[in-house]
Parts: sequence; structure tokens; C-alpha cells
Amino acid sequence: MVNSLDYQMTEKNEKISFRSVVYRVGETTILHGIDLDIYDGETVVLLGESGCGKTTTLKMINRLIEPTGGEVIVEGQKTKDWDPIELRRRIGYVLQDAGLLPHFSVEENIGLVPTLLDWEAERKRVRVTEMLELVGLPSAKFAGRFPHELSGGQRQRVGLARALAADPDTLLLDEPFGALDAITRTKLQKEFQELVRTLNKTAVFVTHDLHEAMLLGSRIALMDKGKIAMLDTPQGFAASDLPLAKLYLETIATR
Amino acid sequence: MNFFDFLQQNWFELLTLTREHVLLVAISTGLAVVIGVPLGVVLTRITSLQTPILGCANVMQTVPSLALFGLLIPIPFIGGIGSRTAIIALALYALLPVIRNTVTGIVGIDPKIREAAVAMGMTESQRLRMVELPLAMPVLLTGVRVAVVISVGVATVAAAVGAGGLGTYIFRGLRQNDNNLLLAGALASAVLALIFDFALGRIAKGFEIGAPSGGVRRIAALAGAGAILAVIIASAFVPLTRSSDGSEEAFSIQRVVVGSKDFTESIILAEILGQTLEKRGITVERQFELGGNLPHDSLLSGQIDVYPEYTGTAFTAILKHPPLTDSAAVYQQTKAEYAEKFGLILSPPLGFANDFAILVRGEVARDKGLKTISDSVAISADWQAGFGQDFMSRADGYPGFSKAYGFKFAKQPREMDLSLTYRALRSGDLDLIAGNSTDGLIAALDLFQLEDDRSYFPPYQAVFIARRDKAQILDSVLLGLANAISTEEMRRLNYEVDGKKRLPREVAQEWLRDK
Repeated sequence: MVNSLDYQMTEKNEKISFRSVVYRVGETTILHGIDLDIYDGETVVLLGESGCGKTTTLKMINRLIEPTGGEVIVEGQKTKDWDPIELRRRIGYVLQDAGLLPHFSVEENIGLVPTLLDWEAERKRVRVTEMLELVGLPSAKFAGRFPHELSGGQRQRVGLARALAADPDTLLLDEPFGALDAITRTKLQKEFQELVRTLNKTAVFVTHDLHEAMLLGSRIALMDKGKIAMLDTPQGFAASDLPLAKLYLETIATR
Repeated sequence: MNFFDFLQQNWFELLTLTREHVLLVAISTGLAVVIGVPLGVVLTRITSLQTPILGCANVMQTVPSLALFGLLIPIPFIGGIGSRTAIIALALYALLPVIRNTVTGIVGIDPKIREAAVAMGMTESQRLRMVELPLAMPVLLTGVRVAVVISVGVATVAAAVGAGGLGTYIFRGLRQNDNNLLLAGALASAVLALIFDFALGRIAKGFEIGAPSGGVRRIAALAGAGAILAVIIASAFVPLTRSSDGSEEAFSIQRVVVGSKDFTESIILAEILGQTLEKRGITVERQFELGGNLPHDSLLSGQIDVYPEYTGTAFTAILKHPPLTDSAAVYQQTKAEYAEKFGLILSPPLGFANDFAILVRGEVARDKGLKTISDSVAISADWQAGFGQDFMSRADGYPGFSKAYGFKFAKQPREMDLSLTYRALRSGDLDLIAGNSTDGLIAALDLFQLEDDRSYFPPYQAVFIARRDKAQILDSVLLGLANAISTEEMRRLNYEVDGKKRLPREVAQEWLRDK
């Protein structure tokens, strides 16, 4: 599937592309023509207030939502041509407050996508242990626990481990640290930054927190009323004259 | 007889009835789960169907159980008498809580969890199997629990359509004025409901998430509750050895299904016929205690072959003729029309008539010097009358009766179970009732029968009505019973059962022996 793009392998390789993507629900237009290229190995942060369309944009990548106009291309193929089940299994997804299955143990939660992919039990077990170590939770202590027996931060780590378990190239994160207390959040942000870099994943990260966006993003897409108002690196963002960008920058300054 | 002696003597029958009861509940609830859970799942997918389907199930539950049983009887394949009708009616009742709780359980799952399941790449069926059903399980099981408890209660009514179960004791107890029977039936079904409720409750709890950890204890509780249920249900399927009274010979060609109405006299007559047939080596299956028009319907559909009836009832209630007072004419016309319309045969009269008997308390009759119904009209203005459902509705019943005699009751007559009117008359809650002239309780409770001085009531000669295809077997037996029982004798037989709490089977046996 990636073959058609092989000749472009120079340095920037589009992993995900949005082409004039529009999304309407009844009379209301949520997205007014989004154009965005996300390259291999970078972390793009979708930043904006609630209702600006950032989560909608994110969910179009793994076909949780289908565009009503334009198209989303993942790994060279339009999402509507992907089998949604296959597409979702090869993209990691992290939700706010983890979205763990409450009746599954930590081990079962992390092993979920491998289970869906019919991995052998042993391979799965090894992988789950590896993932738990990777997110800093000793397997012996945590594998058998249930989500309600974990703290918020621990749950989020498990959520991350679950997203990484089947070794996807791409991670989608929907305000993953939004519900955590400040100290835990900062700690997890740092660890996440480290992780994405070492594992060389492409990540799309939704947040309303500029501080988080500056820390984690290779580039920041500032969204406003269903449009991308600005797309730039954190440095570029910091120097921007755009009134909305300035408003965001003030939130950091007053902290 | 005190209750414990009663239990000691009847534990085997009680066990058999309990077993039937559990079987009814288990099969019907099982059916409701098999239908209701998938239906509930469909409703969560096609939400536009929720209102109409839940609405239907809701309406189904508001239909009084006895009415639902009645409505099902004439429907081919699912209706008729016996446990099949009861199971279907019970399943219909159980459907609502099962569907509703399946929907509530699944819809109530945190949308975030569902989103995660979809985003991880679960297919629709994986999502249902691995996420939605397990998470909905506590709510779903609560629905099953409600359904089971309702079913245990409603199943007592199933005895009215010949399905057996603990209701048999309750109905018999009401009819025979026997508190032991009532208590045994009611207590056993209450205990059953409590056990089911407890066990299912424990199982539902076991599925709850966030119960304090200690998985072993949870599994133990689950296993224990499961085991209780398994034992109860399994024991219902194990045949009880003592209950075999010739049913092994069910394949005999000379086999007759004897039916009866749901009161003592009818049961005694059916028992007399049954035992007479058995003496001749004919296999008899008993389908007793059928309510309302069930015996007639069952006879037409071939589910029973013969049952005792009264000419007056056949003439007015079934053939829908206005009441006549000439007993010979009623008999002849009924016989001719039954042959022509239904292809059924009437036996010669058995010798007694069970007419409507207008009853007052003995002491009232003596104080006021009452002899006839007309005597009572003048002083009855502030009386509270009470009648069985049958009497209130039939052509020759209350409407015609009150008009014929010019009764003007200030208070609307109470419509209640016939067997209860006797007690209520004795206790003074009622002042006038319409009983049966052969009822043993008339003497036992010191009641007085007012004479029908205007010959309003049609004659109710007892006869057997049988299917023509069994005429060959039955004819000589029925001829042998012609004019065999006098009114006094019948009253005595009824009293043996109702007053002395003896079994109809024994009483019939004794009568046949002394004959």
C-alpha cells in the first residue's frame, strides 16, 4: 500500500493527509475544509478550545468519523477505502481517562489488540510484560489488577501501553492527560515525549493546553471554529502575531 | 388437621407440584431470555424500534394473567390446555423485564468504553461479546431475576389452565375452604421465589465490577449461587418415581382422557368415571380442574374425551339459548344440538341436578321465617349480595334473576370467587349468595336454600359429555352411571371432600365400592 509513495522517500513522507475535509451534521458545519499533511515520525498537536473540531479531525484518521466532504488519506490510501477494522487495529488510540475496559485486567486490556489480531498466547504475554515495563509499571505487580484498582496516572499509562501493544506506526491521542493532576501530568508528558522519540512513532495529539502542545508537538495546528487557523512549529507559534495565538501565549505567561 | 400433619401426609404431592412449578418457571424464563436478550440487543442497534417493542411488552404485562391465559387457549399450536399455554403466557410476562434490562444495561455503558472498543478495532460482534454483554450483565441478570420472581407468582395461576404447579393447591384450597392447602401452596411458592431471588442476586453481584477484590471469594459465591439454581432446576427434570399411576401404559389403544371443571363435584364425578373405566382395564389420563369454558373447548379440540357437564349450562352458556325450566325438554334439545353442532354425545342424566341455590344464613331464614326467594325480596334492600364470576355473567345468572324477582339491592353485588362466597356469607360479609344446590357446605355452614318459587332457574341435570370417537369405549360405562347418584348422595360426597378434607379419589373409590 505504501509502494506508490516509495519514490517520495527523500526526507518527508506523508503518513496522514487531509484534503479539503468538511464535516457537517445536519445544518451545522463542524469542519470547514481542513488541509493538513502529517509526516512520518512527527508529533502534530491539534490545539483549540472545546467545540473547535479538533477531536472530530482526530477521529477521522481511524474512521471513527467519516468526512462528509473531501478525503483523509492514511498511508497512501483513502480512509474510505480502508477496512475500518484493519485500519483501527494498526493505529494506536489513547482516550482521556484511558477508556480501559473495566472488566478486563491490566494484562487483558494491554493485550486487547494483539488478541483481536489472534496473536499466540506466549507472544502476547511477552509483549504485555514489555509494554508494562515500557510505561513504568512492574508487570508482576500490575498485570493482574483491574482498572478500578489503579490511580488515574497508572490508568493512563496502561492506556498508552495498550495503544502501543500491537506496535502501530501511528498513535492518536485525545487529551490523554487532561484528567490528571498537575504533577502526574507533567511527569507523564515528559515520559511520553521520550517514548515517542525513541520509538519513532507518528503521533496526532489533541489538547487545549498550549503548554502541553509546546512541549510535545513537532508542529502545532491551532484550530478555531472548524478551521486550521495556524500551523507552525512551537518556535513559530511563540513568535506569531495571530490574535488567537497571542491569547494562548498569555495563558502560559500568567501561569 | 394441623399444618404440619398436613405436610407430613402430603409432602410427596407438594414436592411434585413444586417440581412442576419450577419446571414452568425455568422453561418459560429460559424462553424469555433466549428471545428477549437478542431482541434487546437489536433494540440498542435500531433505536427506532425501542418505543414500539418495549410498548408491546409493557402492554403484555398489564394484561391480567388469567385473561392472558384465557386469550391464548383458542390460538392453534401455542394454545390449548396444559403446560404449553402456561409456559407461553409466562414467557410473555417475563419478556418485558428481560428486554428492558438488556437495553438499559447496554445503553448504560460509558460511551467512552464503547468508543475505546470501536477504536481498538473490534468488530460489531466482538464488541457485543467482549464488552457490551459482559458489562451489561449485572443489569441484565437483574432483569432475569425480576422475570423469575414474577413468573413464580404468575405460575400459580397456570393451574387454572391445567398446567399444574403450586397453584393447584391454592385453587383447591380456595374451592375446598382448606387453609392447609392454601398455606402450603402459597408458602411453597413464596419460598421458591425467595430462593430464586437470592441465588440470582448473588450471581448478578458476582458480575459487578469494583466489588472488593478477593476473586476467590467472589468465585465461591458465584459457584454457590449457581449450584443452588442448578440443583433446583435439575431436580425439576428428574422424574419422581412415585407419581406413576399407570402412565406407562399411555400407549394403550383403550385410552380415555377424562376432564373435569374446576370444582369439587365435577372432580368427584370425573374421578368416579375414571375409576370405573380403569376397572375395565382402560387407561385413563386425568385433565382435571379446568376453568370456565376450557372443558368444552378441550373436548372440541380433542385434548380431552369426556367431562361432566350440566344440561342447563350446556343449554344456556354454550348453545346460547334463553333459559328454559322444563328439564326433559332442556335435556332432549341439548342432546340433539350437541350431536348436530359439535358431534358430541350426551350420557343419560346421572340422577341429580345441581341447580343454582340462592342461600342465606340459616339463622336469618329462621328469624325472619324465610322460605322462598320471594320472601326475601322485601327485606333485602340493604343486603350485600355476592356472586361468583360465572353467575354474574351468564344469561340465566344475576341480571335475569334480579329482574325476575324484582330485587333492588342498594349496594352493588360483589363479584368474587364462588368458593369464597360461602365463607363470606357465613362470616356475615355477605347476606345472600348463589351457590350450588349439591354443595356440601350448605349443611356444614348452616346455610339455608331459598326455594325458587318462580321457577326462574333452569334445571342443571348432571350428565357426561363425550367425543363420539370414544363412544364405543364409553357407552356402556355411561349407561351404567345413569340415575346412579341422587342429589342427597352428591351433597354428601361433596361434603366428604369440602367439609372433611378428604381426597376426591378416595371418596369416589368408596362410593364405587359401596355401590
